[in-house]
Amino acid sequence: MPNRLTDALDFQAQALSLRSDRQRLIASNIANADTPGYVARDMNFADALRDATGGGAAAGRMTTTSTGHLALNSGTDADSTLKYAAASQTNLDRNTVDMDRERASFADNALKYEATLRFINNSVKTMVSAITGQ
Amino acid sequence: MSMLKIFDVSGSAVSAQSQRLNVVASNLANVDTVAGPDGQAYKARQVTFQTQLMGASGAAGVTVSNISEDQTPGRRVHDPNHPQADADGYVTYSNVNAVEEMVNMISASRSYQNNIEVMNTAKSLLQKTLQLGQS
Repeated sequence: MPNRLTDALDFQAQALSLRSDRQRLIASNIANADTPGYVARDMNFADALRDATGGGAAAGRMTTTSTGHLALNSGTDADSTLKYAAASQTNLDRNTVDMDRERASFADNALKYEATLRFINNSVKTMVSAITGQ
Repeated sequence: MSMLKIFDVSGSAVSAQSQRLNVVASNLANVDTVAGPDGQAYKARQVTFQTQLMGASGAAGVTVSNISEDQTPGRRVHDPNHPQADADGYVTYSNVNAVEEMVNMISASRSYQNNIEVMNTAKSLLQKTLQLGQS
C-alpha cells in the first residue's frame, strides 16, 4: 500500500534527478565556451527518462538478449543517452559550444526543473490532505 | 545531488576567466613599456584554457593550462635621444596590440558574467529544492 502511495512521486523524482544532471551538463558547456577543442554535450531527455523509469529500451541502446551476454553496468547506462553537439558555425579552435543554444537550453531546463518540483510539491500536498482528511 | 557540482564547474570557469582578465590587464598596463624586468621589451602574454574533468559523468570544468608569451617583434620607434635607444637610434616598445586586448577583455568579462548567472540559477533551484514539501 505505501508503494502505491508514492509511485507517482517516484516518476517525478527520477525526472528531477535527470533534470539536475542535464543542468550540470549545460553548465559544463557554458563553462567551456572558450576552451579550444571542447565538444559540447547534451542529453536526449526523453530517452534518458524512459531508461531511468524502465519504460522499455530506447532506440539504438544495447540490451542483453542471451544469458551468455555480459551484463551492462549502470554506469555506462547513464552515458548512453549523452550526445555530442555539432558545431552550428565552424570555429577555428574546433569548439562546438553555441552560446545562444546553451543559454536557451539552460533556461528551458531550469524552468522544467521548477515545474517538476511543483508537481512533487502538489502531490505531497494532495497526500497530506488525504491523510489528515480536512 | 548532482546540481552541487555546478558550483565546482562554474567556479573553475570563473577563476579561469578572471586569470585571463588579469593577463589582459597586465598586457594593457604594459602597452607602452620599453624595458621589462629582463631588460628586453615586454612581451604580450596569453592564457590557454583546458577542459578539466570533475569526476561525475559530464561535469567538465576549466583550468588554465599555461600562459604563453607572444614572440612577435615589438614596435620600433626612431628616437635617438631616448635612454633605451640602440646604436641605430631605435627604441623597441612592447608587442602588445591594444585593440586585441580590448576585445579579449570584453570576451572574458562576458564569459565571467555568463558563469555567474549559471551559478545564480543553480542556487535558486537548489533553494527551491530544499523547501520541497514544506509549504
